[in-house]
Amino acid sequence: MKKFFRMATPIIIAFTAFLITPAAFAQQDYIDFTKPFLRKIPVAVPYFKPLVGEEDTEITEKSAELLASYIDFTGLFEVKDRAAYLFDNKTGGIIGPEIDYPNWRAINAELLITGGVKFMDQTVILQLRLFDTVKQEFLIGKQYSVWKKDVKKAIRKFSGEVVHHLTGDYGNFDSRLAFISKSNGKKEIFICDFDGTSIKQFTKTNSLALNPAWSSDSKWIAYTSYERNNPDLFIKHLNGEKKLLSSKKGINTTPAWIPGKFALAATLSFSGDQEIYLLTGSGKIIKKLTSKWGIDVSPTWSPDGKKMAFVSNRSGDPQIYILDIETKRVERQTFTGKYNTQPAWSPKGDKLAFSSMDNGHFNIYFLDVETKKTFQLTKEAGDNESPTWSPDGSLLAFSSTREGVSRIYVMTAYGTDQRRLITIPGQQSQPSWSSRGLK
Amino acid sequence: MRNRIKVLFIMCLVIPGLLFTISCTKEKPPVSDTGTSSSSADETAAAAKAKADADAARAKADADAAAAAASAAAQAALDEFINANVLFAFESDVLDDSAKAILLNKSAYLRANPGLNVTVQGHCDDRGTLEFNQALGDRRAKSAKNYLLDLGIDASRLNTISYGEENPIDPGQNDAAWAKNRRAQFVIE
Repeated sequence: MKKFFRMATPIIIAFTAFLITPAAFAQQDYIDFTKPFLRKIPVAVPYFKPLVGEEDTEITEKSAELLASYIDFTGLFEVKDRAAYLFDNKTGGIIGPEIDYPNWRAINAELLITGGVKFMDQTVILQLRLFDTVKQEFLIGKQYSVWKKDVKKAIRKFSGEVVHHLTGDYGNFDSRLAFISKSNGKKEIFICDFDGTSIKQFTKTNSLALNPAWSSDSKWIAYTSYERNNPDLFIKHLNGEKKLLSSKKGINTTPAWIPGKFALAATLSFSGDQEIYLLTGSGKIIKKLTSKWGIDVSPTWSPDGKKMAFVSNRSGDPQIYILDIETKRVERQTFTGKYNTQPAWSPKGDKLAFSSMDNGHFNIYFLDVETKKTFQLTKEAGDNESPTWSPDGSLLAFSSTREGVSRIYVMTAYGTDQRRLITIPGQQSQPSWSSRGLK
Repeated sequence: MRNRIKVLFIMCLVIPGLLFTISCTKEKPPVSDTGTSSSSADETAAAAKAKADADAARAKADADAAAAAASAAAQAALDEFINANVLFAFESDVLDDSAKAILLNKSAYLRANPGLNVTVQGHCDDRGTLEFNQALGDRRAKSAKNYLLDLGIDASRLNTISYGEENPIDPGQNDAAWAKNRRAQFVIE
């Protein structure tokens, strides 16, 4: 059944479910958002109702808009235009018996999210509820008592509850992305929240940083840096602690953490040839994973850590292969096109996203690992590269030159709702989505 | 065609002119030895000194010119060593004949300048993807280095580094620019 979230930080003062989940919940059929051409669920998110104390519209209005934007971000919902609502947030009903369902049905909303806010001295008590307007029933409700400045965290938690109710997964609201952007003319690693906000510079190599990769606990980022005048591998903790991982002669590059372990695969060329090795989190070589003459690069792990996809030009052109770690069997995956690179294994294990060059332009595809069928996700929009999965597998971030210089975009797993994610000026590339959130 | 006629015409005028100048010089009578019956020893000495000075100045000028020419040649050789890049085909680290010819020149220069150590940088055009190009740049640098090893250059004098597609020479998005960017570039340490 439903687990309560632990408090993320001391600033969320209290965090309790205040209504019992309907009994039917356990039998609910979840939406499989990985199925293409999913119909978006129309949802209404009216302004929150001030219940007690002096109203702050930063919370009753702006936070409602934020909640609507988070819900919209998933690509699962169609948020109905607030101007059409037959609802006054000062007087309208926000709890079960008071909801005017026909009014919400009149604007074709099938779901309704209401909010009520008690304004206390320093804190607010936020009550958020989800209703099914077709069945006219209450689905979930949560109450959050937070400092005013932390209302955003409560909104993210509840967005996760809404998505979880429908998909069985809490979504990506507590995940982050790393990406490359320039600072003082040098490429450095930056990080931001799942929605492209709260952007911070993460590395200060003052040289060249590339290939960011999150550890599976989302606390470390491995990356390539030229700060010692060679492409070396470093890992850096979000608290700032930095360690040199591998600085062998030649390249030390394209790190990929094994799910659930403090170990990673990376390409090293100290032997003369570019091979993929398995390294401990302190940089010791555990074993060599590839051994064919030619380039072997860009490893990515299946979620169970038993298989590794990678890029190799062993057959002439760069193509994607899968290595079974136990049997050591290597199987080529891509056969269409002469340049298939940047594989990214989906968190559920069923797909490999990758970039493929056709007619001089790159587009993003995914390969169904079981059927070996490929599906094209981007087209006729510049070069589209570096796909990276959101932790729930519902979204892909990628870089694109569709509006000029390379920038970071996001789309659903089936290619819809393509939009720019990171809006700072300049050029960005190599997005990398973290795993499940930062507790 | 028109220019060529012009050049020929100018040469018709200039070459006989030069010949005339030279023959004039030859026909000049020797001045210093005639009509000196009344000259004193001092005058003779002074004349001799003047001649010696002139000879010395001429010799110095010749030496300076030679040194300048040598230094210009050395500079040209250095410029060529630094600027002549070893170029590659798309997606390839294979050395073609012109790449090998350039590397032969590099080896001659390295042999003539035994004190020099170099870093061979491997670069790619930006049409491929970033990660694959990091590996390809590594292969290109190593291709160039290995050929120099075959030509007898000591491994201790040659380092390699891959910059992938991060440092293009020409930012253009056309064949000419891409061709320039797919290179092994030599940097003196």
